Amino acid sequence: MKVSVFRREHFNAAHRLFNPAWDDATNEKIFGKCSLPHYHGHNYELEIKVTGEVDPQTGFVMDLKVLSELVAENVIGKFDHRNLNLDTDEFKHTNPTAENIAIAIYNILRPHIRSDHDLVIRLYETPRNFVEYPSS
Amino acid sequence: MVYLTRIEHFNAAHKLFNPAWTEAQNEAVFGKCANKNWHGHNYELYITVKGEPDPDTGLVYDVKKLSEIIKDHIIEKLDHRNLNEDVAFMKGKLCSTENLAIAIWNELGPHLPGGVLLHCIKLYETPRIYVEYFG
Repeated sequence: MKVSVFRREHFNAAHRLFNPAWDDATNEKIFGKCSLPHYHGHNYELEIKVTGEVDPQTGFVMDLKVLSELVAENVIGKFDHRNLNLDTDEFKHTNPTAENIAIAIYNILRPHIRSDHDLVIRLYETPRNFVEYPSS
Repeated sequence: MVYLTRIEHFNAAHKLFNPAWTEAQNEAVFGKCANKNWHGHNYELYITVKGEPDPDTGLVYDVKKLSEIIKDHIIEKLDHRNLNEDVAFMKGKLCSTENLAIAIWNELGPHLPGGVLLHCIKLYETPRIYVEYFG
């Protein structure tokens, strides 16, 4: 019987959206205020969903303390109180949209989660805008 | 006296950094908040005004007009900006939430009509951290 378990974390980061292959006018047309040159920021809220069978020995799908430590070490430590464009390897050449951040977080965590467990990342850029990867 | 609150929001980058100190001192006092490349927040701004309801309208103040005043004089200047670099009314100030709340009060006050007084600026830096300024 499969159950999904969730862990919520958060990180506060600066970013800007722009495509270096475009000129400033094109970036402003596509990304609007999100491409302003001195960055802006968000309190990102992160939900990690792990789905699997309940272990009969523990009653857990996954120990959520373990999941929290994994996320703290591999995600929050990299992104919290950082400038995503300037301070992270993941976004050196990738636009730090919420979509791309969710994909990056998935790729960071996937190797640390059992292969028979499904993993879904939901990332809130603001309380009103959020993304999910992989999409259902 | 009735208190009327309008909630707005803005997304901004900032860092906590005292230019009179070394980088090491800034990091010792402000920790991660002193990252030289900034970090950011979704700020939630609660602006509370106070007054007596107008006998003809029942309103302390038209909240649509209040929202426009806040957007024109505050949100436009802060949203999607870098508080340290882009905001004239924060120049020369440490960009703490405390100082930002005080600055918002000072910027907004002169634009409210007579009989409508600012009561409180409540500013959430994160869902778990907020300040209140009562002037």
